[in-house]
Amino acid sequence: MFEYCADPDILSTFEWFSCYLTNGKHLLFYKSFGLVLLLLIITAPLAILLGLLAAVGVKSKIFLLRLFSKAYANIVRGIPDIIFFLFIPITIDQLIEFSRHKIKCPEITDSVWQGSDFIVCSAAKLPLNSDPQWIHDIYGFLLAVLSFAIVYGAFAANTFYGAMNSVPPSQIETGKSFGMSRKQLYLSVIFPQMWRYALPGLSNLWMLLIKSTPLLFLLGIQDVVYWARELGGSKTSIFQYPHPDWRVWYFLSLLVFYLLLTKISELILNRLSKKIYIPI
Amino acid sequence: MICETTLDLYALRSIGIGEKLLPKSDITLCEQFVLIGSGIIWNLYFCIIALCLGFMFAIFTAIIRFNRYKYLSKIIDIYVFIFRGSPLFIQFFCAYEIFVLLPKIGFDINLLFTTVTIETSWLTKAWLGAVFVLFLNTTAYSSEIFYGALKSIPKHDIEAADAFGLSTKRKYRKIIIPTMLRNSWSSYTNEAIFLFHATTLVFFSSFPAWRQSGDALYYASYFADKTFNPFIPYPIIAIYFISITLLIILIFKIINVYFTKHLPKDRKKPIKLFANMVR
Repeated sequence: MFEYCADPDILSTFEWFSCYLTNGKHLLFYKSFGLVLLLLIITAPLAILLGLLAAVGVKSKIFLLRLFSKAYANIVRGIPDIIFFLFIPITIDQLIEFSRHKIKCPEITDSVWQGSDFIVCSAAKLPLNSDPQWIHDIYGFLLAVLSFAIVYGAFAANTFYGAMNSVPPSQIETGKSFGMSRKQLYLSVIFPQMWRYALPGLSNLWMLLIKSTPLLFLLGIQDVVYWARELGGSKTSIFQYPHPDWRVWYFLSLLVFYLLLTKISELILNRLSKKIYIPI
Repeated sequence: MICETTLDLYALRSIGIGEKLLPKSDITLCEQFVLIGSGIIWNLYFCIIALCLGFMFAIFTAIIRFNRYKYLSKIIDIYVFIFRGSPLFIQFFCAYEIFVLLPKIGFDINLLFTTVTIETSWLTKAWLGAVFVLFLNTTAYSSEIFYGALKSIPKHDIEAADAFGLSTKRKYRKIIIPTMLRNSWSSYTNEAIFLFHATTLVFFSSFPAWRQSGDALYYASYFADKTFNPFIPYPIIAIYFISITLLIILIFKIINVYFTKHLPKDRKKPIKLFANMVR
């Protein structure tokens, strides 16, 4: 980064650190914080959307839809989220590759699960082996977003279900007596009012979501935890660093990052909930 | 039954009893069921120890905060802030790295008939280190739950107790703590469920699984890696977790009935599950 960094032997401690903390690997480390924030920003609306759909589904008149929504909302909450983060990406990946395999290489009739391998023809691979690295990265990230959205959508479904039930029944009855259709009832009576009842639950959900982002590491994404482990170790799988084991300092800095993130979120959400009158 | 030999070999594999080698090829459904079930022992162990110790310390710290002891409650506030504000996963990593850096010392503790040496290196093992972190974590969350419940106890209840001339100890035992527990039982049930689910993080966060004896998720992901087929091990572990979650809910409901048995019917509150997640 700086010009004097060329010869590390003559540097003072402060200068050495200024060089060390701005080297290429560290810049990647700082970028991964952005990745965490990006995941949060993309996942939250998706989870809210899924939650809304499931909450409406639970109240639906169609039996199958109701059953499916209830099962989705309840089963996901009964299982640790980490299991889903391990299960969903690999499942979706295999489903896509399996169907592509059936379409693109119909001439291969062998089973794709052979012993301990999952074999599809190379044209069915997604992303293709020949694709550049960034496509692989984005594909992995999208799978991660999807798994987070599915898990937190189930949590949101429950919050929304409770919030819809909190809308005063007299208002719904009034709407009905005006001859509103179900769709009108949802769009102009229930949805606009539901939010203020749902806000406390959604705030907690946001905190929960923030605190589960380090699990990105388990999905094989180069996130903050990955870089903290790589940079902190005195010797990693790829590099050898000129310092002893500093992982504890890197992880403490992650701790501070998350403390700041939750504290700032809490302040903002508190202000929001003061603005919106919450009748509970 | 075909499964009996597998049951003999692997039922207690996670605590080091039975066959040493894990199945490598031709993995049967039975082996997956038994090994993942054997891993559940670890999850239950983490959960029960952390929950029991955490319950007592949470009440203790909540009362300290409620009484506003000058420095002590400030320290507890900071502790609760740190553990509630950061992800458990990061806490595991931090704690593990700190435990590794601790000097390796043994403390001799003289029991009447024998001497036990307590070593700091035990903290780098999951059975003590992870339990310690989980304990600190659940204490922080439960302390916040109980503190909130303490603040919402009606003032006149406490005044009435004072007017009756109850000693401080009796006032806490008979009035304050029971009311607090009754008011916060829904939230505490959710906390217990979350803690049980959080135990799956242990072996994915630095703590090594010694001799491949890990928890349920450790074995489930082992099978998923070996067979490259996630559709069998993960649903199995899901079945285990759902059933134990239901069991936890049942136990807490029974305790709730006990707490509220003196109340008239219209004041009995059922446990609200997942209504407002505090974690």
